[in-house]
Amino acid sequence: MSVIIILLGASLLVAIFFLAAFIWSVRNGQFEDDFSPAHRMLFESKPVENVCSSSGKNCDNGSCKSRICKQ
Amino acid sequence: MATNTANPTTLLQCDHCGENCANDQISLGEKHFCCEGCKLVYELLNENDLCDYYTLNNKPGQSRRIPVRKDKFAFLDDEKIQQQLIQFKDDAQVHITFYIPYIHCSSCLWLLENLHRLDAGILGVTVNFARKEARVIFLHSRTSLRNIAELLTSIGYEPYISLQDLKQQKPRIRKGLVYRLGVAGFCFGNIMLLSFPEYFSGYGYADIKMNAIFRILNLTLSLPVFFYSAQVFYRSAWGSLKSGFLNIDVPIVLAVIVTFIRSLADVFSGTGAGYFDSMTGIVFFMLVGRILQDKTYQGLSFDRDYTAYFPLAVSVLKEGEEIPAALPDINVNDTLLIHNNELIPADGILIKGSAVIDYSFVTGESAPVRKATGEIVYAGGRQLEGNIEILTIKEVAQSYLTSLWNRDELKQGAQRQPSFIHLLSRYFTWVVLSIAVISAIYWWQHDPSRIWPAVTAILIIACPCALLLAASFTNGHILRILSKRQFYLRNADAIEQLANADHIVFDKTGTLTGKTAAVISWHGQELTSEEMMAIGTLAAQSTHPLDKMIAAHCGQDTSLPVRNFRALTSRGISGWAGFNFIQLGSAAFTGAEHVTTNGSVVFVSIDGKRPGYFCIGSHYREGMPQLLQQLQNNYAISLLSGDNDREAPYLQKLMGPKATLLFNQQPADKLNYVLSLQQQGKRVLMIGDGLNDAGALKQSDIGVSLTESSNNFTPASDGILEAAQLTLLPRFIGICKANKRIIIITFIISLLYNFIGLSFAVQGILSPLTAAILMPASSISIVILTYILSEWSGKH
Repeated sequence: MSVIIILLGASLLVAIFFLAAFIWSVRNGQFEDDFSPAHRMLFESKPVENVCSSSGKNCDNGSCKSRICKQ
Repeated sequence: MATNTANPTTLLQCDHCGENCANDQISLGEKHFCCEGCKLVYELLNENDLCDYYTLNNKPGQSRRIPVRKDKFAFLDDEKIQQQLIQFKDDAQVHITFYIPYIHCSSCLWLLENLHRLDAGILGVTVNFARKEARVIFLHSRTSLRNIAELLTSIGYEPYISLQDLKQQKPRIRKGLVYRLGVAGFCFGNIMLLSFPEYFSGYGYADIKMNAIFRILNLTLSLPVFFYSAQVFYRSAWGSLKSGFLNIDVPIVLAVIVTFIRSLADVFSGTGAGYFDSMTGIVFFMLVGRILQDKTYQGLSFDRDYTAYFPLAVSVLKEGEEIPAALPDINVNDTLLIHNNELIPADGILIKGSAVIDYSFVTGESAPVRKATGEIVYAGGRQLEGNIEILTIKEVAQSYLTSLWNRDELKQGAQRQPSFIHLLSRYFTWVVLSIAVISAIYWWQHDPSRIWPAVTAILIIACPCALLLAASFTNGHILRILSKRQFYLRNADAIEQLANADHIVFDKTGTLTGKTAAVISWHGQELTSEEMMAIGTLAAQSTHPLDKMIAAHCGQDTSLPVRNFRALTSRGISGWAGFNFIQLGSAAFTGAEHVTTNGSVVFVSIDGKRPGYFCIGSHYREGMPQLLQQLQNNYAISLLSGDNDREAPYLQKLMGPKATLLFNQQPADKLNYVLSLQQQGKRVLMIGDGLNDAGALKQSDIGVSLTESSNNFTPASDGILEAAQLTLLPRFIGICKANKRIIIITFIISLLYNFIGLSFAVQGILSPLTAAILMPASSISIVILTYILSEWSGKH
């Protein structure tokens, strides 16, 4: 039966971990604004296209989508 | 009857703000705009590759038809003002939070968080959507506070910086209550789990050593609940004891303490497991109820006083130079420069410029007032034409409008009737105490050893927590149901106040009528466009406000000659416009028959013929006649208007013969009227909208302020109601009345549980298991029942 005492301790530790996680999330303000984070993650961060070197035809901007400069 | 309204021929919508375009003149490629301002924003965003703004939502912008004054934010360059606004500053960075009322969709969020692409000095922007705030971090070497405010304004997100920002932070949600709830939930769950072996120990699982461990663990887990989570109730109970009024928390705290002591005694004497699970459970459920009931609407503020309306700073003229100064720093005898469309912050004497001041903000009177040099202008008025200079004669805090807030009636917290819940709990407590005494006497005669278990069990089982649960959960549900219909109440007390009100006081301008100014309609034979033009041209000669409105309505032709123009005071005008002899004025003047309408009437006669009349009236909100008809059966109604009494007969008809109508009411008059009603024992519901009603709203038992959109500013009140929902007022009052019935019904049902528990308790045989089943069963069934009943009453 004494194995139960170990299990007890383990289960309490897990529960305390979740309590701590809850308190942390409240303190962190995760429940304050339920709109912005949900939408923010859907925004695309477009690669910057207009910094291509305008001189030659070979584009050295790795993040440029078109790969060919318009100039 | 023909009604003329200026219908646009094309239904072209602005690609920036979605408003109708007057024509297709302003365009860029395939995009059309309603004004140059909108086009400018589009160009700016297009240049910086920010046009995703328009793809995320359809036409998300704000109309830029009314340009913002160029140096409106000049005061942000002032070091002293800056310091009061910013949150953090070091050698490189500045952190500041702007309140931006226009934030309303994901496009706003996206654009604001990409603000660094418009100004390289900005390091980052984080938007808090619920609070409509944007936190900006920028390098003060590369840009300035003023630049950022102006940039935000230029893309349609003007930050609202008011005098209230100087007084520190707005209240935030109370996180303490949430932590307490978390701890209580954790302890409650674990204690329940650890109690199971004990409950089944009778069935052959007994292990004395293990049981002792479980009991000690339970005791340890109950300590945080008893000393930390339940603190809110101790404080409230102690506060009520100190003020000599027993509220519902007192018997609850008594029960919690008795349960704890009894459980300690049980565990240490080894006679039982104690009632830790019941105690922690009840604290947990009560905290849930309290949080539900105290839910706040973050985007709304119920505590705005005049400081939220006033600008933060004005321009002071010193030796010919414009210096921005914060409002509290303005002294008597300072010369203030008030720009076009700015608010006058302090009482003063007009010394330069021509003042046309709109006092609708203060008095509700819709027509602007013209003031000559040397006259006194009062704080709260808005200057409409050009710039003026005034010499202050009073400080901001002493001005006429602001002094309204310093009245003694408003300073003391309103002495309100305690909620019926507290009264009910008091009876309940007496009944429980007498049952406890009777059973104590009984056991004293028969078996004195059972006094202690019987009495403590009675106090444990009969705590009025069921009543508190019923009340807080029902209140929470009702607040939520009302808020779904855009009626936001400040707190749960307001529900009861609204249900109890027996006298309804309306404001006129902005409440019964819409915000839009007067409406002109033509009644009679159709006029030709030449006739319209002739009427307008003649009316344009007059200085009378009604004639001016007619001129604006009909348009005018400056090439049309006007001869023999005559204006007769309080009768009308006459003259030749082109080849028509036109008379505009009263019925007697033009020889027409008198008519009764809901506004001012201007009769028209052209060459001796009388084709009809113009009716200039306030635009009443839709459904007002029905609403007032419905209300006058059950309530006494009054109307307080800052406007003149020209619409009195119509309003009297609308509100019934018993209604009291008062016109030309100053803000202080409104307050005094509410006060006099209260002295007659009336419970007053005041419905208003502007700062001019603020005193009355605050004084009334329940003040409800109307808003056109929840972005708008509303004065301090107990409730904020979306204007379009005003017609639902009787429904809302009905729901609030149902609130009380639901609480009583659920309370009676919980009493049944109490009787079962009591029958065990008086015999002194209440086992922890019985308590552990009864307590959550009654709590959960109350929670479910209140939910079902309040949803039902919300629908019917």
